[in-house]
Formats: sequence, C-alpha cells, structure tokens
Amino acid sequence: MSNIWSLIKKELRAYFSSPIAYVVISGFLLLVGYFFYSLITWFNAASMQMAQNPYYAQQVNVNEMVFSPLFHNMTIILVLVAPLLTMRLLAEEKKTGTDELLFTSPLSVGQIVLGKYAAALIMWSLMLALTAILSIFVFAHGNPELAPWLTGYLGLFLTGALFLAIGLFFSSLTENQIVAAFLTVVTLLLLLVLNWVTSSGAGGWRSVLSYLSFSEHFGDMTRGILDTKDLVYYLTFAGFGLFLAHSVIQSRRWR
Amino acid sequence: MIEVRELTKRYGELVAVSGLTFEVEAGRIWGLLGPNAAGKTTTMRILTGYLPATSGRATVAGYDVFDKPDDVKRSIGYLPEIVPLYLDMTVESYLAFVAEIKQVPKARRKAAVARVLESAGLKDERRRLIKNISRGYKQRVGIAQAMIHDPKVLVLDEPTIGLDPAQIREIRELIRGLRGEHTILLSTHILPEVTQVCDGVVIVNEGRLMASGSLDELAASFEKSDGVLVRLRRAGDEEAALFRGLPGVEKVEVEGGEIRIEWRRDRDLRDDVARLVLDKGLGLKEMRSVAGIEDLYMKIVARGGEQ
Repeated sequence: MSNIWSLIKKELRAYFSSPIAYVVISGFLLLVGYFFYSLITWFNAASMQMAQNPYYAQQVNVNEMVFSPLFHNMTIILVLVAPLLTMRLLAEEKKTGTDELLFTSPLSVGQIVLGKYAAALIMWSLMLALTAILSIFVFAHGNPELAPWLTGYLGLFLTGALFLAIGLFFSSLTENQIVAAFLTVVTLLLLLVLNWVTSSGAGGWRSVLSYLSFSEHFGDMTRGILDTKDLVYYLTFAGFGLFLAHSVIQSRRWR
Repeated sequence: MIEVRELTKRYGELVAVSGLTFEVEAGRIWGLLGPNAAGKTTTMRILTGYLPATSGRATVAGYDVFDKPDDVKRSIGYLPEIVPLYLDMTVESYLAFVAEIKQVPKARRKAAVARVLESAGLKDERRRLIKNISRGYKQRVGIAQAMIHDPKVLVLDEPTIGLDPAQIREIRELIRGLRGEHTILLSTHILPEVTQVCDGVVIVNEGRLMASGSLDELAASFEKSDGVLVRLRRAGDEEAALFRGLPGVEKVEVEGGEIRIEWRRDRDLRDDVARLVLDKGLGLKEMRSVAGIEDLYMKIVARGGEQ
C-alpha cells in the first residue's frame, strides 16, 4: 500500500511540476463554466416564458434543464481531457527508460498500474470538485433536487474511472504519447456514440451495442437513478482496462 | 555473491546470451567486458529482475533471481545503461522517491538520502532540477540512486559512457571507493576501465563467455610472456635491432611509432631496456607495460569482427 502511495505522490508531483495540470484544469473549468452560463441564461428565459402558462409552469425543472445537459457536456469534454491525463503515465516511463528503475524495484506491476491510475483519478476528482462550485449558485437561488445531482456527480466520477482506465491501457501499448492519446480519443468517442446505431435499429446487436455505450448508463444516473446494472458496467469495464494495461506490461517483459 | 550458471536468453531467433557461467566474490569489483551487442546489458537485466532468462540460473546475495525476485531487488542497486532519471524532479526529491520505492524504512530515508548525496559528491546540487545538471552529475545521481538502499550488490551498466575524461576519472574514483562495502559488477566495452577499476573480469562476445577470472590469473594463464612498449624520439628498425641484441629478449616489433619488446615471464628485463635507452641516448618519451589482457581482448574482439 505504501508503494502505491509513493507512486501516486510522484505522479501528482509530475502533473503539477509541468504545465499539464494547470492547462488542463483551467481549460476544463473554462469550458464547463461557459456551458453552465449558457444553460443558466437559457433556463432563465425559458422558465420566464413557461411561467406564463400554468400547465408548463409545472414542468420547469432545474435538474433536467440545467444539470443533466451540463453533465452530458462534461462527459464530452472528458473525452478530450482523459487522454491528456493518461497519455504520459506509462508511455513516458518506457520512452525515457525510467521503467527500468520501477521494474527493478520491489514493486509489482499491479502496484505500478494502480498507483498511476489512482493519480489520474485524483486529478479528475479534483476537477470535478472545482466544478461543484458552480452548482452552489443554483442551490443558493433555486431549489433543485439533491439526489439526481449527487448521482450525476457519481456518474461523472465513474465515467472518469472508465475513461482513465482506457487511457492508461493505450499508454501501456506504446512509447509515443500522441499515439496513446489519439487511440484513447477514438475509443472514447466510439463509446459515446455506440447507441446511435441502436436508435436506427440494427437487429440483434442492438442490445449489445446499447449496453456497451456508456451514454445509456450515464443517462440513468443524471436522472437520479442508481442501478446496480450501471455500476457493474462502469466497474467491469474500468477493471478490464486496468487488467489489459497490466497484461501488456507483463507480456512485454516476458517476450 | 553473484552466481550465474548456464544463463541463456533468446529473443525469438536472436540469441543474446548463450550458456553464460561466472561468479563474483563478495566485496570485489568485477568487470563485464565485451564489444557492443555482446550480451552485457541483457545479462545485467536478467540479474536485476528486469528480464526473465530463457534458461539457466542466477543467484544474487543467496537469492534465486527467478524464485525470489523481490529479495533480489532489495539486495541489488542497479544503474541501467540509460540512467533512469525524472528530469522534472530535484536531485533530492528524486533520491527520496527512489528510497521510498526501494522500501527504505521511513525513519531512515532522510539519512539514506544524505548519505548518498555525500558519497556521490552531490551535496551542492541537491536542490537543482535534474534536467539542469551536467551529464557527469546525472551519472552521479544514477549511481547515488543505485546505492540508496545500501544494497549488498551494485550492478552498473556502462557507468562512464558519454562522459568527458575528467568526469570518467571522477566516476572511476567513486566506484573504486565503494570496494569492500559492496560487491560490484560493472559492464564496459573499454578495457582500461577494467584494468583501472576492477579486480577481475568476465569477457563476453556474442553472448558467450570468452574468459573469466581475476586480472592476475588471466594475465598469467594467457600470457607466457611479459613485455613493455617504449615510445622514443624515433622508432625504426635501427632502434629495434638494438633491443633485439639484449639477452633474454624474445620478440621485438615496431608498431605505430612504438617499439614492443617481449621476454619470457620468468624474468624481468625492464631495467635492462631502460639502461639501453639511456646509454644509447634514444630520447625516451614513454615506457609502459604490455597489458596481457589487452592482447586477449583485442584477439577476442577481432575474432568477433567487432569494433
């Protein structure tokens, strides 16, 4: 455990001693802030109009009209952010030869993979925590429901857990960071749009593709639904990504 | 302290190391000598647990490299050929990180970092970023990280490569200073490194063992003759003929501006050669012993078609 913690500290220091952390965090906050601002102004205008009509006034819902679309937008930004957090992790060690130090230390490959993964996940958690400040305004001036907001953030955390595991796997495949980042973006975009096929009806594959697409599972969570099926999806695929990264490193050493 | 038995490593078709067997006693400095691509780095990577061997056995500090990799890793300090440095770290924080992953107990980490900073001569550089220090200092940081957990065995892969002559001398002195406390295996393709630093040598070429033993043993067994190389104001047949006239001299050759004089090992003609040079006023510039092992190494390397 202390081994993993040493690696986490080292990775976090690496994020913050290079421009990566500052650039990624501020860019992410800028985009999230912009989306939040435009959603809130649209929501203000829309709710003003809807209040005129007693029937529509019932339907004004800040969770559905602001938080849910905001969370979906955040997952799309995450498609671009996740590879930036993960591309370095294993590819750079391989390229600079520092993997030789790690693998000749009394550390297991599992500890190395977990340490690096945990560091990226901590970065993502920090970014999420910073965006939560925006929600404070909504809670201060309106009365949104807490439950869907909480499950939405849990969903965002889990989406990060999944995306970062995939990114770490691609970082283990190559010593070229750009290749690792690009393969990650392609895979994440595919995951994002897999359910498009299902809406046009593609026969028996329909349910498989829709299960694989993370949007289906994430959509549940932004509506306040906490289903074990969704949790299992996230944890299985994140675990699978880590397992693959572990296997790639093991097999490279035994070749 | 280090024992290698019939070690073989294949990468697909390519045989990097083939049936290598050698031994290093505790407290000695041993050189792993061979031309490029002789299998030195592969051997070291197997010893340090970075690569598995295809077949054969190796034990370090009494632990089998394959059965007890973690115990071996705790007993070994390793300087890879490409020094594994995190350039964005300061010297001190890098060494502290290595101390953590090498499982130096928390209470002793600070002292361990201070100790290696001192012995590697890095005290004044400790707060600098590794990317900003000179190549010689980077190499010292590499050696310092290998010593951080006070391992019984140090494995140094080409510790002086790419350094300028002054830096090479410093690093060699640093390594010599570690004799006794640590058992050291260092690889090199430069012979003088072995003769200046090491007690013994393992000569490899194309993955095979060519010779091994202490320097004296090797010189004695491979060289029946002893000799000197003299550099004079002029080195021609005339001068060579003068040396040929000395009693006991077996062979005199002129090679590249130097005269090589050899005799049987059971006597020493150095004084006679020197007297002759002075008596005849030949203008002595340099006189040095023929390193027996040098001949051996050159023969091995030439046979391999390398260099």
